[in-house]
Amino acid sequence: MGEEVTATTAPTALALPRLTAAETEREESLADSSVLTGAMTVRRLVASYSGKAAVRVEGLDFAPRSVSAIIGPSGCGKTTLIRTLNRMHEVTPGARVEGSVTLDGQDLYGRGVDRVRVRRLIGMVFQRPNPFPTMSIFDNVAAGVRLGGMTRKEPLADTVERSLHHAAIWDEVKDRLKARATSLSGGQQQRLCIARALAVDPKVLLMDEPCSALDPVATARIEELMRRLRDEVTIVIVTHNMQQAARVSDSTAFFLMGDDRAGYLVETGPTRQIFSSPQQKLTEDYVSGRFG
Amino acid sequence: MTGAAPSLPASATGLFSGRSRSERRRIWVDRLMTLVASLAAASLLISLLTIIAFVVVSGLPYIDEQFLTKETIGYGEGGALAAMLGSLQMVPLATLIGAPIGILGGIYLAEARPSRISYTIRVATEVLAGLPSVVIGVFAFTFLVAPRGSYSALAGSVALAVIMIPIVARSTEEIVRLVPGSVREAALALGIPVWKTVLRVIVRTALAGILATVMLAVARIAGETAPLILTAVGNQATNVGDFLSPMDSLPTFIWYASGQPSDLLVGQAWAAALILMLFVLIANILVRGRTAGRRRTN
Repeated sequence: MGEEVTATTAPTALALPRLTAAETEREESLADSSVLTGAMTVRRLVASYSGKAAVRVEGLDFAPRSVSAIIGPSGCGKTTLIRTLNRMHEVTPGARVEGSVTLDGQDLYGRGVDRVRVRRLIGMVFQRPNPFPTMSIFDNVAAGVRLGGMTRKEPLADTVERSLHHAAIWDEVKDRLKARATSLSGGQQQRLCIARALAVDPKVLLMDEPCSALDPVATARIEELMRRLRDEVTIVIVTHNMQQAARVSDSTAFFLMGDDRAGYLVETGPTRQIFSSPQQKLTEDYVSGRFG
Repeated sequence: MTGAAPSLPASATGLFSGRSRSERRRIWVDRLMTLVASLAAASLLISLLTIIAFVVVSGLPYIDEQFLTKETIGYGEGGALAAMLGSLQMVPLATLIGAPIGILGGIYLAEARPSRISYTIRVATEVLAGLPSVVIGVFAFTFLVAPRGSYSALAGSVALAVIMIPIVARSTEEIVRLVPGSVREAALALGIPVWKTVLRVIVRTALAGILATVMLAVARIAGETAPLILTAVGNQATNVGDFLSPMDSLPTFIWYASGQPSDLLVGQAWAAALILMLFVLIANILVRGRTAGRRRTN
């Protein structure tokens, strides 16, 4: 992390899946994660459950080193969308994805792409804190490195300590790393889950309503954490708390459920613009609290 | 508040005083049903306590040096050493064979997506669990005893393992299914491959429950008699380590000794029963302790 990446390496053109002989090269460059910026694009995406579309996106970008918020009322496909960004959507039986999602121009859904590798580069934090219940705090953070078959560049203890520092929970747990993860409070557990995700050194961190099960104090800590982490990882956060989106995000995408009961993108732009001068009437109505 | 509470007139014939006939009837029915259910529940406890008391009273006097140190069954000076050593060998071997197969089978049943194959395996497991143990004994006899022309401890262990497999598989399946989906998602989202997610995260989460299951299955097969009569007996001498020869065991000792015209042997059968029963009780209490402890910490 921390390598300077020149703007020219960032993808400018749309990397629609073009299955060429360069496929293997593409694989290799996915492996060399140090050159990645963490820029993501979504193109012509349809995510469905058992043949029923849940969300459609014509085009949406997530800029590196920023926090992007996805907002909208329940049922607008926010969670489904974010789960397509690290290929977790397809874990659900009957779930399918069409279209493309790219990380630094490389299609996550291209032929031969290993979803396990995708998930290592694009981490995820869930609505409810979900530490591994029978593991210690240390083992939770170490799990991704230990079980992901990653080559270790430093002693595991260093990775764990660095990740816990990153997630702003080190001081609270440093004296009881061997304690069960479930002995922590809800807010601490969620920061532990963030530390666990950061330990495998992802380029993107997806957060699916990470504060919905937390009290306001714990929520404030996580939001502060997001602002600090954005310099190192691209953050995409789903939230139905508009104030939260306004507080933490640089850009915002607003989704609604369409007539076909599938979510669609209404408007996206810099957060300030979405909340102060939205282009769409629907957006204005939603952010001013007229519905939803 | 210091103000006097408004006192109700003692003779109030208000809304809630007095009982109608149907109300009185309801109260009596309620009492009767409570009594019947309590008696039924008590009979469970009484049965267990009676058995324990009976076995202890009949068996304890016979647990002496002779019982614990003399090998063969004998009129006058025999003991149960061969039987105890036999059980201590055959049951662990059966566990070594049966527990891994049962655990892996249970994991398969819990994790496999519904298909014709997984459905068939599930039904097969249930049928196997329902088979009388004597049938499994006959099976082991046919394939492991008859061809060699000799009873063997190995055949006994295999028969016990076959009894153990479906018990462990079905409980393991239930326990693995209880692991929350969020644990699986957390592991997959970290880029942990599916097989490692299952074996290193999900099974680890369920491990205490799986071990408890194995423990109870061990207690169960330790007392199995019919399959051993058909496979392992034919030797009343101590057999340590020779799994291709016959081996005595506590259940078969009880079966044999209890039918002999000898007060000593019948008493020793009770003593052997006491030892088996203690083993099963201890196994159950240990499992209870573990799971109760788990509930507290979570």
